Amino acid sequence: MATDANSSSWKPVDGDGFGSRLMNWAANWVADLGENVEKAILALGDIANFSLSTLWWLLARRPFKGTLLVNFYQIGVLSLPVVALTGVFIGMVLAVQSYTQFRMLGMETRMGAVINMSLVRELGPVLAATMLAGRVGSAMAAELGTMRVTEQIDALSAMGANPIHYLVVPRFLACLILIPALTTTADFMGVVGGAFYSIGLLDVDSHHYWENSRQFVGVFDLFSGLFKSLFFGAAIALIGCHRGFTCDPGAEGVGKAATGAFVLSFVVILFLDLILAILLEQFYVFLWPNGTSLV
Amino acid sequence: MSLYSASRNDDTQALIRLRGLEVHFGPQRVLHNINLDVPRGQTLAVIGESGCGKTVLLKTIIGLIRPTSGSVCFDGRDLGDMNPDELAAERTRFGFVFQQAALFDSLTIGQNVAFPLRRHTDYAEDEIREIVMTRLAEVGLPASIVTKKPAELSGGMRKRVGLARALAMEPEVVLYDEPTTGLDPIMSDVINELILSTRRRHPVAGIVVTHDMRTAQKVADRVVMLYPLTRLEDEEPQVLYDGSPQEIEDASDTRVSQFVRGEARERLMELRQQNGM
Repeated sequence: MATDANSSSWKPVDGDGFGSRLMNWAANWVADLGENVEKAILALGDIANFSLSTLWWLLARRPFKGTLLVNFYQIGVLSLPVVALTGVFIGMVLAVQSYTQFRMLGMETRMGAVINMSLVRELGPVLAATMLAGRVGSAMAAELGTMRVTEQIDALSAMGANPIHYLVVPRFLACLILIPALTTTADFMGVVGGAFYSIGLLDVDSHHYWENSRQFVGVFDLFSGLFKSLFFGAAIALIGCHRGFTCDPGAEGVGKAATGAFVLSFVVILFLDLILAILLEQFYVFLWPNGTSLV
Repeated sequence: MSLYSASRNDDTQALIRLRGLEVHFGPQRVLHNINLDVPRGQTLAVIGESGCGKTVLLKTIIGLIRPTSGSVCFDGRDLGDMNPDELAAERTRFGFVFQQAALFDSLTIGQNVAFPLRRHTDYAEDEIREIVMTRLAEVGLPASIVTKKPAELSGGMRKRVGLARALAMEPEVVLYDEPTTGLDPIMSDVINELILSTRRRHPVAGIVVTHDMRTAQKVADRVVMLYPLTRLEDEEPQVLYDGSPQEIEDASDTRVSQFVRGEARERLMELRQQNGM
């Protein structure tokens, strides 16, 4: 451990002078920094190991009988209402926010393009993933954390069942397979919410609203949103399960695992979103260098 | 002596063999140079105060904790040389009764007891149901319990379900982690009786980790006492006593007799001194 190495090799400077105190403070700061960097690297290595192990069990063996449907239901079906509701509201909020600006320019019918483009490329996937991280990621961490604390994970191993195979693989598969469906739901409900508010309440011309949407929002936009969601789903499952597996003892440990899983998932979702947005943009330019697409 | 009898005799002598076992968690040493042989059919009680490494020893024997050095051999094979599939297969020869039973919350009692059978056998559902009922009846639980969830049961019932689950695969070794901790005296004795009746019914080896002397004296043929490494002098062995449960009362080491009689003596003073009081 860094602390032990530091504490054994470094002795505080004696004396009450400003120089000694400054030296001690600086040395402690460097030691703390080193310890935190080491912890971060170890944690990264640990989660990478955990992810590789999950992939191995996913590819090497068929999932445990009876574990898939339960997780698909818990993760997919039960998340549907909250994801749909979020989609509707975010679609309406986009309409509210963009209307004044577009009206000043006399371009209200372009709202369709802006709302729907934002939804399918960014907000649909990110919000569906955020809801999933909050509803499912933290629940996974809490459930598996409780299983860790109450020795249920040890009991699985003791009975010759690999805990990653039995617990993580079905959750990972459920998140990976169902997050595109949830994202599609969020996209669709967002489009409905935006159109309802724009056309229904703000009297924007329906024909031009949809015509602009059709013209500006292409299949590639929809694809890029769904493609990103796969990475978000994988990250949510792996972070939630890993936090549960490495949970500290006691109720406090389980609570920390649950909140830690959500916070980390959220940060990772945003980070992945940025990286994937850059890569997909490059991919788009590579496919259509002139900036026009057939899809 | 024929070759057959020699090998069989060897088997009988050590179903589980620990050699030079060391377990460290980072800088903290928990087990140091443990050498132990557990023959078939023997019930060994491992006693010692909290934090002396009893549970760690049990989990190391079944491979849940990897030893820092030294070896754990089961039936002549080193656990460290086994691949994950072999280790999983060997574990079906063990039954593990956890301290808090460790029943799966999301499964019913029936599904809990059937878990290892569904995982490792090709039995039809009817056969599995029959085995589950038999195991539950053996530990004195009614058939009506199978559809309940673990949260609906009392601590004693959960422990008995844990025992039924551990015995589902008819293991050769049963490991008990603090089987009577947290139970009332009557239920503790029920568990002791169950350990004894299990032994009568199935010829199993047993390792019972406990700090309850009544359990150790009632169920075990042999008692091993571990002592926390932090309280030992440098070269002292961690096993303070290894012998029969009857003779432990007359052990010459005062630390052993002190534990057996449950006398704190100067411990409270020591604990206060450690905390600078």
